[in-house]
Amino acid sequence: MLAVTAVIQVDDLHKSYGATRAVDGVSFQVERGEIFGILGPNGAGKTTSVECLQGLRHPDSGTLRILGLDPAHDVREVKRRIGSQLQESALPDRIKVWEALELFASAVPGASDWEGLLDDWGLTAKRNATYASLSGGQKQRLLVALSLVNSPEIVFLDEMTTGMDPLARRVAWGLIERIRDRGATVILVTHFMDEAERLCDRIAVVSSGKVVALGSPEELRREHGGATLVRFSAKIGDGGFLKKIKDVTAVRIDGESVEIEGTGAVAVSVAAALAAKGLAPVDFEVARASLEDVYLLLTGDTGDGSDESPVEEAP
Amino acid sequence: MRMVLRLAWLEGKLLLREPITLVFVLVLPVVMMIVMCGVFGNEVEVEDDGQVFFMGVGATDYYMGAYVAVVVAALGLINLPTHLATYRERGVLRRFEASSISRWSLLWAHTLIMIVLSGIGATLVVVTAKLIYDPTDPASPGLLILGFLLAAATFAAFGTLLGVLMPTARAAQGIGIMLWFVMFMLGGVGPPPEVLPDAMGAVGEATPLLHAVRLLQGTWLGTGWDWGRAGILVGILVASLGLTALVMRLRSAR
Repeated sequence: MLAVTAVIQVDDLHKSYGATRAVDGVSFQVERGEIFGILGPNGAGKTTSVECLQGLRHPDSGTLRILGLDPAHDVREVKRRIGSQLQESALPDRIKVWEALELFASAVPGASDWEGLLDDWGLTAKRNATYASLSGGQKQRLLVALSLVNSPEIVFLDEMTTGMDPLARRVAWGLIERIRDRGATVILVTHFMDEAERLCDRIAVVSSGKVVALGSPEELRREHGGATLVRFSAKIGDGGFLKKIKDVTAVRIDGESVEIEGTGAVAVSVAAALAAKGLAPVDFEVARASLEDVYLLLTGDTGDGSDESPVEEAP
Repeated sequence: MRMVLRLAWLEGKLLLREPITLVFVLVLPVVMMIVMCGVFGNEVEVEDDGQVFFMGVGATDYYMGAYVAVVVAALGLINLPTHLATYRERGVLRRFEASSISRWSLLWAHTLIMIVLSGIGATLVVVTAKLIYDPTDPASPGLLILGFLLAAATFAAFGTLLGVLMPTARAAQGIGIMLWFVMFMLGGVGPPPEVLPDAMGAVGEATPLLHAVRLLQGTWLGTGWDWGRAGILVGILVASLGLTALVMRLRSAR
């Protein structure tokens, strides 16, 4: 079953804290060179799952393979080959930016050039600043830079853009793509939809400790997003010709305003049919489910109240 | 080992950037020593009924070994646990743990720093005493240093255990200060031990501080190396290390 290019394989992972099932049968695999998103509400089990992969927690049951290694047993080797930007972690207040980078680089033989990371992550001007004096976004960037000092094959970024201003987030997105372009696989834990949509090749949506959907952003929208809506204003009578179009599932007419529900490329078919009749409504618009709609649909209140975990708190 | 030294060097620099945190633990023992020695002087006092105080030596001489131990206890019970618990609470330990820097390297680095700071604090106490009160010189300086190192290592291990056990920095600081005060009052460095009621004396006898105090006093006053006390300190040292290792094992398996 294991594809040769899979760098991470998670099979039926379970992890409980007391009576709370934080992770309840999670399975997924990640291919080399992907940006893989793990999306879900707070307490869904995202962080616990990646912490098991990083060797920071021991799973109750399930099989984990990362770079062919078992993180519970080969922690040292795993840590040497992965990079981790952890949620809710920090550095000592008085440590200077360059000292932190030099320290972390010194822990790995053959560490990459940390001066370059300083530059990449826009911290050159803050080289001699203490950690406590950095802004939220600068702190995050430093923590990400630290996760890259060992030139990792897999990088875990856990809510890395939290605390960054919009501009800093855009810059960070560009850098994440650069990390990937250099050949690393990126695991992006986030609850920002735009971030997941823009960056991720594939996304696992996690809710209440389970993977509820898995696929590319486009696949998720197609499979879970429901109908496409087309709206325009035109005099089309009873609209009989529209009902005959292949992908159309419903037509609602209220005076001149028309709303059509359909699947697949329904919008193009409808537009073509209108054009053929010489109709060109200027307010023609198409509404497709956004990833956010899909996400809300998939992770909406499941009613079992079990999606609280002690390790993930609302920000 | 290289990583331990590197971390210790860095931690040392961090401390110097915020020296105020050290004032309490380094200056307080000096102030207390000045007060106690000033109050009791250095005459050997024998009451009419033959009762002796300060084990039959001058109070100033008595307090020398005692206050070297006080420095060690203040750093080990207050500074070290608070610092480690702060690191854990804020996620610094997690950050280190996720990298290739081991938790143990960090703990050893803090132990090293604590022993160095104890040396500085002890020197402050002794030099100040020498300048103001001119106590008798230590009888066996070599054994005194050995006893100091054993006491510092023991309190470093005990403080590390407290630091990894306490859930928050506030808890660590609260417990640390409380333990330190109890040991201070009953552990042979406050009122002369002869005036303590029996029950309090017994509690004092159970504190690690009293063992460190008596061991150091023996080397200072020339009554020799107290193997019994040294053995107890080694026992506390080993037990603390073992429990720390156990706690860390359980934590990492969560």
